[in-house]
Amino acid sequence: MIPAPVEYTRAGSAEEAISLLTEHGDEAKLLAGGHSLLPMMKLRLATPAQLIDVGRLDELRYINADNGEVAIGALTRHTELEHSDVLADACPLLKHVASLVGDPSVRHRGTLGGTLAHADPASDLPAAVLALGGTLVAQGPNGRREIAATDFFASYFESVLAADELLVEVRVPSGGGGWNYQKFNRRAQDWAIVGVAVADGGKGIALVNMGATPLRATAVEAALAGGASAAEAAAVAAEGTSPVEDGNADATYRKHLARVLTERALNAAG
Amino acid sequence: MKLTLTVNGTTHTSEVEPRTLLVHHLRDNLGLTGTNIGCDTSSCGACTVHFEGQSVKSCTMLAVQADGGEITTIEGLADQAQQAGISTGDQDWHPMQEAFHQCHGLQCGYCTPGMVMAATSLLEENPDADEGGVREGLEGNLCRCTGYHNIVKAVLQAKGGA
Ligand SMILES: Cc1cc2nc3c(=O)[nH]c(=O)nc-3n(C[C@H](O)[C@H](O)[C@H](O)COP(=O)(O)OP(=O)(O)OC[C@H]3O[C@@H](n4cnc5c(N)ncnc54)[C@H](O)[C@@H]3O)c2cc1C
Ligand code: FES
Ligand code: FES
Repeated sequence: MIPAPVEYTRAGSAEEAISLLTEHGDEAKLLAGGHSLLPMMKLRLATPAQLIDVGRLDELRYINADNGEVAIGALTRHTELEHSDVLADACPLLKHVASLVGDPSVRHRGTLGGTLAHADPASDLPAAVLALGGTLVAQGPNGRREIAATDFFASYFESVLAADELLVEVRVPSGGGGWNYQKFNRRAQDWAIVGVAVADGGKGIALVNMGATPLRATAVEAALAGGASAAEAAAVAAEGTSPVEDGNADATYRKHLARVLTERALNAAG
Repeated sequence: MKLTLTVNGTTHTSEVEPRTLLVHHLRDNLGLTGTNIGCDTSSCGACTVHFEGQSVKSCTMLAVQADGGEITTIEGLADQAQQAGISTGDQDWHPMQEAFHQCHGLQCGYCTPGMVMAATSLLEENPDADEGGVREGLEGNLCRCTGYHNIVKAVLQAKGGA
């Protein structure tokens, strides 16, 4: 399987990537790690005329903890999150979730910005960023803007990024209470059939693969805030969700998994 | 477009279409057919090579993404080990190749180049990997023959010997 013919330019800076995006409009696609885009291009599910490679923009590859916050460059690879000493202290949830994405070779290429921009509701790291109440920073021709993770995901494989915007940074609060991530799948290296991320002792909870976007489990969060036990709160985990049906699971089973995994995650997070 | 790649220590300059996958460039343009294509969908790891020292699936990378970079394929691993002074056995192989040979870590051999490249990258990243760590570290590489036991044994032996 070979992608359709395409032009390729390697951007030397974020600014250059944005001006190339402006120049080529809808015909262009950013290429970061390529581990979502290239498989789609090989299947001809994506046929951009122009690729703008941002994968070597080292200026957007960093993990800095400062002032109660961790700032991560959008081109930081999953493997760098997985092995980060900064995250071990400041945000162990993100480090742990990164270590569960795909397999090591996938993690050597895939980037945090790529997995967020790809907006696959079955992906792991977007749910972690959502549970953490993170903020995403997008840069366009008119400068930078901040987008709350709760506002970022629009639908299946769709974010609120404009066609001429580049995701440059992701910020999550550091510290916080107990955390856990439950990823349920049947094959190693696979996406979650359902996943649950718990951040800050249950103040932030997000569900993987339970609808068109990663979802905050707001009913569970509210129940916990009202004094419910983990079991009581987990019982409402599927409220307001509309999960897909596929060869792995129907909607009823996914809802069951959401409740069971939420209870496990809450108990483990403490 | 023009592409310059250093593969197994030799620099090659070629003219390629941007859509050319790295694995096709290695096999069809450079004649390095040790790297196999299994699934062609990023799942099996048969196409694993090292890019800048880390395992990557060469069916899921454009050759031009590697432009200016360094690639090691299975053909170059023994040379690399000899230069590093860690080669071993009658054939002067990389310790991982020797361990696969000694532990019978292959049957048909189709997965083996990718398996060896993934395993060397795994130990580079996690030198203390125990059996569980080796099994998880190889989760992106499928073998239809061995049942994995002898592969895991080989990687643990290579770790001990390296
Ligand atoms: C075999 C395999 C197994 C996998 N398993 C998992 C798994 O278990 N869990 C999981 O969560 N993921 C999994 N993935 C997906 C992996 O995490 C991808 O790396 C990730 O989804 C996309 O990141 P990327 O850098 O490769 O993005 P790319 O493929 O380069 O880009 C993806 C999309 O985002 C856009 N984009 C990229 N970067 C930016 C940016 N900075 N700003 C704006 N837009 C941008 C691109 O234009 C494209 O539309 C797997 C992938 C493979 C191939
Ligand atoms: S051929 Fe590349 S992963 Fe299977
Ligand atoms: S030895 Fe045959 S696939 Fe592994």
